[in-house]
Amino acid sequence: MSERFPGWRELPKGAVSPKSSIEYKTGDWGVEKPGIDLGRCTQCTLCHFFCPEGAITISEDGHPEVGMDYCKGCGVCAEECPVKCIEMVRKR
Amino acid sequence: MVSGLTLKEAARKPDGIAPGHRLCAGCDETVIARMILKATRGPTIATSATGCLEVATSIFPYTAWNLPWIHSAFENAAATASGIEAAWQAMRKKGKGPLAEYETVDIIAFAGDGGTYDIGLQALSGALERGHDFTYVLLDNEAYMNTGIQRSGGTPFAASTTTSPAGKVIPGKREWKKPIDEIVIAHGIPYVATLSAAWPLDVIRKARKAFEVEGPAFLHAIVPCTRGWRYPQEKTIEISRLAVQTCFFPLYECRFEEGRPVYKLSGPSAAIARRPESKKPVLEYLEMQGRFRHLFRPERRDDLIDSIQAWVDQNWQILLEKVG
Repeated sequence: MSERFPGWRELPKGAVSPKSSIEYKTGDWGVEKPGIDLGRCTQCTLCHFFCPEGAITISEDGHPEVGMDYCKGCGVCAEECPVKCIEMVRKR
Repeated sequence: MVSGLTLKEAARKPDGIAPGHRLCAGCDETVIARMILKATRGPTIATSATGCLEVATSIFPYTAWNLPWIHSAFENAAATASGIEAAWQAMRKKGKGPLAEYETVDIIAFAGDGGTYDIGLQALSGALERGHDFTYVLLDNEAYMNTGIQRSGGTPFAASTTTSPAGKVIPGKREWKKPIDEIVIAHGIPYVATLSAAWPLDVIRKARKAFEVEGPAFLHAIVPCTRGWRYPQEKTIEISRLAVQTCFFPLYECRFEEGRPVYKLSGPSAAIARRPESKKPVLEYLEMQGRFRHLFRPERRDDLIDSIQAWVDQNWQILLEKVG
């Protein structure tokens, strides 16, 4: 943590946090990551809603994409996928 | 239009809470909060009482909120939301100020069960009585998870927490869960609903109804906690589904029409009402969770399991009578 953050005197009124949490990568928390078999995916979008991180986003063509920078590897998506096309694999 | 909301449309809408927050892996709080924020109509202001959602999304210098968000103390999320609503109304009346141009502002107060059942009850009651136009979301994980699993008014009977530990003499919490929905419905507010993350479309539609209604609305969500309820982190959604399927936490909505509350069961609970044989025994819900482990090991406590089943059955019967 060599970077210096502004103190409370320099921050705007209302104590607005200066950074978005998207700069804080939680991807190294987990030991597993989801592997999605897009061939069997029915584009139901449930994994997007059930992801506690919001790491799974739906792309333009309707397929899910996993943001590995944020995935904590909880496995909720693999557990809840109605067609079981998500499998948790060990991160390397 | 409420009926026009679909999962595919909602999935394309950007999230209200950004990734990179520091809630536990497998936490249900952001699942519910993100679904609710998908239902907003436009300008939105949120506030959170102290709790997991608040501390994990706002660790300095980061914020996970993609919308205006105000921190509240433990007891006053509803009072903060009242103030936001009053400020917006005043700006609209005077025609000046940053919020004057907005026809609608969705004001949401997120609070946990500690901030609602126990500490925030007087602020909530006051705000409901004054009739501010805001939505109060109770994220009920049934204990003070943020500070280390202390019992709250929302903790169910026989659950083991750090302040109601299960031992040889006392089998976990000795009191029953406080009927917070009935307390809120008794205020005569226009909309009350219960939510479970296992049915996303149901959550989004109810949240939209809560925003559209004039006056206060109350949403009560069951939020399984992987640390405090002691279950594998991938089972979060399955447990919130089982809570509904066993009628431990039935899904319904309640509107206030012509001076009396009108109850209506929602999809999964209405299906159980039509086919009572599809109601699962509460045993299935209890045995998945480590906080009820002492009911099964070292010796099976059928007396306690039966009394929990009786409590569930009785509350379900009372609800069915209210639905009519």
